[in-house]
Parts: sequence; structure tokens; C-alpha cells
Amino acid sequence: MSRKNALPVLFASAALAVLAVAPFIGMETIPLDSIIHPQIGDPRAEIFWKIRLPRVILAFCAGAGLSVSGMTFQAIFRNPLATPFTLGVSSGAAFGAAVYLMAGMLIPLLGLSGQSLSSFAGALLAIGVVYGLSRAKKGFSTATMLLAGVAVNFFFSSLILFVQYLSDFANSYRIIRWLMGGIETVGFGSVITVAPFVLIGCAVVFFYTHELNLMSLGEENAISRGVNVKGVKTALFFAVSLMVGGVVAQCGPIGFVGMMCPHICRLLIGPDHNYLTPVTFLFGGMFLTACDMLSRTIIAPAEIPLGVITALLGGPFFLWLLLGGSAERSILK
Amino acid sequence: MKKPLIEIKDFCFAYAGEKILDGVSLNVYESEYLSIIGPNGAGKTTLLKCMVRILRGGEGNIRLDGRLLAQYRQKELARLVSYVAQGDSGGVLFTVAEYVLMGRYPYLSPFSTFSAPDRAAAENALELTGTAHLARRRIDTLSGGERQIVFIASAIAQGARIMLLDEPTTFLDPRHESHVLDIIKKVNRKFAITVISVTHDINHAALQSDRIVSLKGGKVMFDGPAGDIMDNRILERIYGKRFNFVKHPENGSLIIVPEVGRS
Repeated sequence: MSRKNALPVLFASAALAVLAVAPFIGMETIPLDSIIHPQIGDPRAEIFWKIRLPRVILAFCAGAGLSVSGMTFQAIFRNPLATPFTLGVSSGAAFGAAVYLMAGMLIPLLGLSGQSLSSFAGALLAIGVVYGLSRAKKGFSTATMLLAGVAVNFFFSSLILFVQYLSDFANSYRIIRWLMGGIETVGFGSVITVAPFVLIGCAVVFFYTHELNLMSLGEENAISRGVNVKGVKTALFFAVSLMVGGVVAQCGPIGFVGMMCPHICRLLIGPDHNYLTPVTFLFGGMFLTACDMLSRTIIAPAEIPLGVITALLGGPFFLWLLLGGSAERSILK
Repeated sequence: MKKPLIEIKDFCFAYAGEKILDGVSLNVYESEYLSIIGPNGAGKTTLLKCMVRILRGGEGNIRLDGRLLAQYRQKELARLVSYVAQGDSGGVLFTVAEYVLMGRYPYLSPFSTFSAPDRAAAENALELTGTAHLARRRIDTLSGGERQIVFIASAIAQGARIMLLDEPTTFLDPRHESHVLDIIKKVNRKFAITVISVTHDINHAALQSDRIVSLKGGKVMFDGPAGDIMDNRILERIYGKRFNFVKHPENGSLIIVPEVGRS
């Protein structure tokens, strides 16, 4: 079996293994027996089903969604540094969610949580701004676009601060804690809130893997080979907004996952999105599940916010990409 | 009279308020080899990009195979027209085989992968361009000349009846230059593919193609048989300078030679 076919199988097995093992590990290791033959009065089965398992699935969903979003942006903008996080889409989503938190509403719309929807709207707004900027001027370079992303990031971050300033004490604390990023959940409620966003978004990306390949060659190349670039881009931006909005609303703006995971996967399996997409999905899911496991075990019983861990890993990785010249070599053009 | 495969009528195109194409009318016939020449900024590249809808809009009509350009879906258009961009730098991480196969995208239906005929077409294109031995190499490991040939191979794999090339031999060494010109000629003669090639090389345009069109300031300045371009009354209007001609030792046709430098 070729490497290209072997890797997805390997990653799928590894992902299943991580999903199977992670819920047992934590502040207290849960033995398998206590799940299969639950004793009356033993809280461990309860912890497993109501806390650990949903948390692991949520982490996997979030990691997969953010990584696939990152991969999509890297292909469209043809640069490994261009991700929803670096271009300010995450902070747009965070702003949307913060506004909702400030208002303190808890109204579900069409069965989806209002926080997810306002977060989605924020993500769309930020994508609109970045994309609008990149179209406004001819010969808009990637460097300029990344700078524009930084500006968008700052803009939304200060809006979040402003929203927080306007909030009362309780809401303000909720916003801060949520901004640190984390996968806290009790029961499957939040899994059910996030999963549809991630699954629909990923389905759209999976549908367009050939188009992503061609778009990573540059827009003109894609058009002349028959890709309806405008339509595909719109669909993909929509998909990324769904995923980032859905994840950020629940877990906060978790940084760098969307940049690191797809980049590592691209180094492993190459630029073909027919293979890269499933591998990125699996790897991103596993990665965030593992990070979350770290976050709840390193200084247990206390928890390090997940966003802190991914940022601590991601910052140096970002610098390594920039300074190591790896960014130059792997820019997708 | 034969019906033209490409019919451009009073076509105007403006970019950022600046008129780049100003009433271009041009017919191209099936299996013709047409070269487009003209000074920098004449609108040559813009015209090609409008024909594959990389640039959209413009006034006037472009008809391909009797149908208005606007009526084509992008995939349909790609099955009729292929395009090799100037100084392309796309796809460095893909292998040559993967890259050329991507030329088959317009034949792909949703939820499917490339079929056996697609793979065969890609292999034929590699064979035809003499790049089969590069198939497993990554694009970024190729020389500029090899790259350009691979980009042309991808356009050949696309299997379109019309091939547009934007300065296909610029930046190439003499050996790769003649290899590329041979490939284009072969595609045109053997497979009856209509070729439109933008070039600054007047000699090659005159020797290779059936017909030359010259653009200047977005207007057609000359449109005629390739040999007729070797005339200082015409060339001076196009380029604002005069040229020296000599007879080609192989076939006696006129070619331009550079002037001896004066100081």
C-alpha cells in the first residue's frame, strides 16, 4: 500500500484509539471494569458518561473543525500562515459570541444555540472584511493580507474588550473565562450544539477537495481549468464561518490549531486535498483531544485553559515557520 | 466561407477605469495557429484572460463555437479552451503526474475521482511533451524550462480544441525554447488544435504561425498572413522603430536581426 493510502488508514486507527483511551484518563484514571460493571454508588461511571466522554468528543469535533478550516484558508490564500485565527476570523466569531453573552440571552433559534449563530455571524463579518480588503486593491500581496488580518484581529479584540467593559460583573467574568478557550461540558448538550456546525462545514470542504487542489495553484489556474472560483470560494467561506463560529461559540477562540495541524499534515502526506482533508480532520481532532487531556491532567485537580496550551505550543511553531524558511518553501504556489 | 471558431466583435475591456481593449474585432478559424504580437501594455494578455473568463465583463461580444462566452459554464468552457499563463509558478508541492492530471478537472463529475481515460489522457500529454520521465518529480525540483513544458502538458491533458498561450517561450534557454515551439506546432498540426500564442518574438511568430495579429493601445493594428509582418511600414507603426531584415538560410523568408550596438 502506498504512503498516500496508508496514512489515512493509520490516522483513522490512531484517532479511534485516542477517542477510546482519552475518556479514561484524567484527574482520576477510570478502570474499564467500572464502566462495564458499574457498581451502585460508584460515581466513576457517571463521570465517564456525563463528563469525560462528551468532553473528549467535543474536543475532537473542535480540533477537527478548526484544522479543516485552517487547511481550507491555507489553500485558498496559498499561504500556511493564513488561517481563520491569524486573519481575525476567530476574533470575529468571538466578538459575535461576546455580544450575545453580554446581552445575556439564552434563546435557541431554529434549534441551534443563539450564541453559535451570533458567533457564526461574527465569523462571516470578519471573513467579509478580510476578503473585501484582499479584493479592493490589485496585486494585494500575502504579506499585506496577513497584516490586514492582524488589523482585523486587533479591531475585533478591542470590540470584545469594549463589550466586556459594558457588561455587568457576572457576564464579564463569563466572557473572560470563555475567551481563554476550553472544552468544558456536562452532558452531551454542547456536543450536539457544536457537531452539526463542524460536520456540515467539513462536508462542504470534502465536497470541494479537487477544487481546493486547483485553487492552491492560484486563482487563474483554477479558473482556466474550469473551477467556478467565485461560487466555490463563497461556499468554502460559508463552511469555514460555520465551523469557526460553531466551535468558538462553545469553546472560545482556541488558537493555532488551525495553523499547526494542516501544516504538519501537508508535510506528512503532500498537498493533494483528496488525502490531506481526511488526514487533517483526524489529526486535528486527535491533537486537540490530546491537548485537552494535558490541560486537565498537568496540574490536576486544577485545569490549564486549553487556549493557553495550544497558544504555548503554537507561538513557537509560528516563529519556527517564519524563521525556518519553511513558510517560504511550503507556500502553496 | 468557413464559420469562425472564435468570433470577437467590437470587444472593449476596462480595468480600474483604464481602457485596455478598445474595440477589438477578430475571427479565428478551426486549427489555425495565430500569434498575437504588440508592445508591452497593448492588451494582449488581457484579451487571452477575457477569453477564458479569468477577467469577466467587458463590452461587445466574444463567441466561441457559435455560442456567447457568457452562456458557458466554467467547466464547459475549460473543455473547449485551455490556457497556459505567463511565468506560471503554481503547484510547487505537487508531483508532475498529479499536476498534469489536474488538467482533467473539467471532465470530473461531483463525488468522483479521476477515471482511467483521464489518467490515460494525462499520460499521453506527458508522452507527447517528452516529460514522462519527470512524472514522479515535484514541480519545485524542476528547472524553469521543464516547468513550462509541464504546464503545457497539463493544458494538453485538458483536451480542449483551443489552446491559449501567454508568452510560452519567455525566460527559456534556446533548447527549451525550440522544444516548446515544437510541441505547440505538433499540437496544432497533428491534433488540429487552434492555437493562439502571445509573444514578443516576431521571428518565431512569423516562422511558426499561420497568421499574425498585432495589438497596440487596445486596438488591432495588423491582421494578416504571418509573412506579411516583415515590413518596416507595418512594424514601425506597431513598435515605433525600424528593423533590419535578412533572408533565412533555410527557406529564404525574411527574419529580423538585431542592430549592431552604437555608442
